[in-house]
Amino acid sequence: MADQPLLELRDVEAAYGNIKALKGISLCVYPGEIVSIIGANGAGKSTTLMTICGIVRATAGEILYQGRPIQDKAADRLPQTGLCQVPEGRRIFPRLSVRENLEMGAFFRRDKDDIKRDLDHVLELFPVLAERTKQEGGTLSGGEQQMLAIGRALMGRPKMLLLDEPSLGLAPLIVKRIFEIVAQINEQDGTTILLVEQNANIALSAASRGYVMETGRVTMEDATDRLRDNPEIRKAYLGE
Amino acid sequence: MEYFLQQMINGLTLGGVYALIALGYTMVYGIIQLINFAHGEFFAAGGYMGVILLSFLSFHGYMDTHPWWCLTASLVLSMSYCALLAMAVEKIAYLPLRHASRLSVLLSALGMSIFLQNGLMLTQGVYDKPYPTSFTHGGFVLGNVLQISYMQIMIVGITALLLVGLNRLVFKTRIGTAMRATAQDKVMSALVGINSSRIISITFALGAGLAAAAGIMVGLYYGSVRYDMGFVPGIKAFAAAVLGGIGNITGAMVGGFIIGMVEIMAAGYISSEYKDVFAFIILIAVLYFMPTGIMGENVDDTRV
Amino acid sequence: MTRGSKRFWLTWALALVWFFVLLWPLLGLKDGQVTFAAAFEVWLWVAGTSFVLLSAWRLNKAGAFTAVTGPLGRVKARLDSAALRVPTPVWLVILAAGALIYPQFTGRYAQDVAINVLVYVCLGLGLNIVIGLCGLLDLGYIAFYGVGAYTYALLSVHYAVPFWLSLPVCALFAAVAGCIIGYPTLRMRGDYLAIVTLGFGEIVRIVLNNWMGLTNGPNGILGIHPPGAYVPSLADGFTLEHIWLRSLTPLYYVILGLTVVTIIGVHRLNFSRIGRAWESIREDETAAELMGVNTFNLKLLAYAMGAVFGGLAGAFFAARMRFVSPESFTFMESAMVLSMVVLGGMGSIPGVILGALALVALPEVFREFELYRMLAFGGAMTAMMVFRPKGLWPAKRFGSRSEEKD
Repeated sequence: MADQPLLELRDVEAAYGNIKALKGISLCVYPGEIVSIIGANGAGKSTTLMTICGIVRATAGEILYQGRPIQDKAADRLPQTGLCQVPEGRRIFPRLSVRENLEMGAFFRRDKDDIKRDLDHVLELFPVLAERTKQEGGTLSGGEQQMLAIGRALMGRPKMLLLDEPSLGLAPLIVKRIFEIVAQINEQDGTTILLVEQNANIALSAASRGYVMETGRVTMEDATDRLRDNPEIRKAYLGE
Repeated sequence: MEYFLQQMINGLTLGGVYALIALGYTMVYGIIQLINFAHGEFFAAGGYMGVILLSFLSFHGYMDTHPWWCLTASLVLSMSYCALLAMAVEKIAYLPLRHASRLSVLLSALGMSIFLQNGLMLTQGVYDKPYPTSFTHGGFVLGNVLQISYMQIMIVGITALLLVGLNRLVFKTRIGTAMRATAQDKVMSALVGINSSRIISITFALGAGLAAAAGIMVGLYYGSVRYDMGFVPGIKAFAAAVLGGIGNITGAMVGGFIIGMVEIMAAGYISSEYKDVFAFIILIAVLYFMPTGIMGENVDDTRV
Repeated sequence: MTRGSKRFWLTWALALVWFFVLLWPLLGLKDGQVTFAAAFEVWLWVAGTSFVLLSAWRLNKAGAFTAVTGPLGRVKARLDSAALRVPTPVWLVILAAGALIYPQFTGRYAQDVAINVLVYVCLGLGLNIVIGLCGLLDLGYIAFYGVGAYTYALLSVHYAVPFWLSLPVCALFAAVAGCIIGYPTLRMRGDYLAIVTLGFGEIVRIVLNNWMGLTNGPNGILGIHPPGAYVPSLADGFTLEHIWLRSLTPLYYVILGLTVVTIIGVHRLNFSRIGRAWESIREDETAAELMGVNTFNLKLLAYAMGAVFGGLAGAFFAARMRFVSPESFTFMESAMVLSMVVLGGMGSIPGVILGALALVALPEVFREFELYRMLAFGGAMTAMMVFRPKGLWPAKRFGSRSEEKD
């Protein structure tokens, strides 16, 4: 672990209109880590990711990426710095083909040959997509869409990948496969991963460190094996 | 029978014009869910720019020596002019209202429409402005019955070229895919690095350019332009866009041709005074029975 | 100059260049000549005024005028609180008295303008029910005005039905028209509703223009009788003599009466159960439906009620002008009434009145700039939406919502 975190949030606050969603979040992610945020519905996990990416404006606090503040940066300027998100619900472009979805992931890139190479690499990683490159994204199954969404994010050659509830609505076998790929991305390409999950079980086994969020605040932070042994966590999130 | 075929040809010509205008409506609605009331004025402004440029060139004799170059130059310059106009309108009247209520943007659009229409009137006069005598007089007769004028061939030809060009742009280029992506999910497009403001500007520019071309061709076909020529064709073109499925580019093209055909046929066989009414009736019928249009909508139906 | 202000003025300069590029071809390429004078003149004027206004605005923001605005603001606040202490009925009495004695002190021109204002107030209040209360975007409202006008015109010319008897008939016909137009359109979503109502308005106008048999087409209908009244006459003993109210002053009182009726009607509706239901539809139709509000019927009712007031105004219009033609019922008229409602303040009665005053009386003040009236109107509409979408006198909301920042 290097000294400087790749991503750091300091007392970040955010609101939807007059409703405060984040009431002072602080967390950090070091290069090469897989960090997970768990918490109940409405805790503010997705909002955190959207605030990092600039879709929701932070009303207070600082967001530092690679040591530089990004809370005032326009959302569409972040992917080119290596910060990409796979948002909740996949959000693939429904009426674009699989190939076009992937191409959009590399929109900000100019290096045509490398883009082609990455496209082939993603199709190798997800053979089920390779069979359907011309199919419209909206007609894919949930699991296929999730893979497409991840593949699209990978097309941006991210240094830091934010994943919002990748397991949502998917069959356990597919979830397992997806997390295998997440681990592979982290090990092989060195991509740092910040993972938001309602499924605490999966999240805590995939990540090395974890944050627990409740109603807009971070209530706990620890290594995931210690979190898993924590009786409160077990009662609240691991179904004991 | 010959009458029918003749009307088909007329319908094709008119339909192409409506298709060009409808594309602007559909692309803008697809991307920011706004009925750009001012779009009809881009059509009119294009017509006027065509007159101004062709008159100027005609005055200096270029129309006699190089008519086709003159036409091409006028077309290109008018389209560019209207593109700039549309981008300006977007920045003034729509960009500040990006997060406002639908009613506010609609009224802002209305205000712009009135402003532009009157701007044209004040700078160019209230009366019809005649196009320089068309250089494509005459035509030929097909099979001894069908009259096809060279003007019609030219219009259909240019329209086809523009439609094919737009199709290639939207479906085969990176920017076109980005335009479609932004229309389908604005938030996600930002998350992959697409600058939606820029895409929106480009959309406006493209739509207005096509409308400008339509304006010139209408001016050449009917021989003149008027400051308020944008109002009724604007509504009909919007009807065409809705008929084809709002936001759907292929739909707008198809819808335009259908509306054009229906109008010509209805004018020929039913009643020519009420011909404008038919497009409105189609609009109301489509929105009542099949609001997503015949080829499906293409808008951002996500919630953040 | 700070960095922020540099960016501001740079943007301004760029905007002006862009404006010149757009303006010049329209003014500079005449008769084969390439001129710059005409375009430059207009451009200079625009550049100058915008510079002055923007500088004033920026200086004001920076606090340069506090020496003047401070005390002025305090005076205004004092006046406001003093005004608030005067109970509303007193204001109404003052207003009513002023309206009643108005014609006694003003000439023909002023009365003419006043009549116009009042007609548009009626129209605005009618449209206000549809847009302001119920939230339905109607761009073809003028059709009801036309239906009312033509109904009275035909009744008067063909059957010599007196004005006052015709009023209920006009209201009925307008209401029916409202239901006919409302039925297919009310299921559509907001912006579509707008353009469909626009289409309907145009259909009505085209029909009026082409149905020679009924409406005499573009020639219009002449010879409509003005309102009549029975006044006591002392010649030959006590009898009631029938006179025609032709001149401006009696017409003013007729429309004043109509307006008062409209205001009372709209006010009662505003604060009734129906009005509440309409507002709930405006705020969130799905929620209203779930609460048991029959949204479709209520929307139809809103349309019909709005149409009724429009129809009544139309009947008066026909009686006053004694001539109707399709020319008076164009989309531009619909747009005018719409702006009165929106610019004055949606859902607010004093707002609509203010809007009518602003859009009818104000242009009369600037008569010399008649040519630029519509241009200014269009620009003003956009500007209002960008800078002050709530209107000049917004309706007061009862309670507030947590999501609202103001």
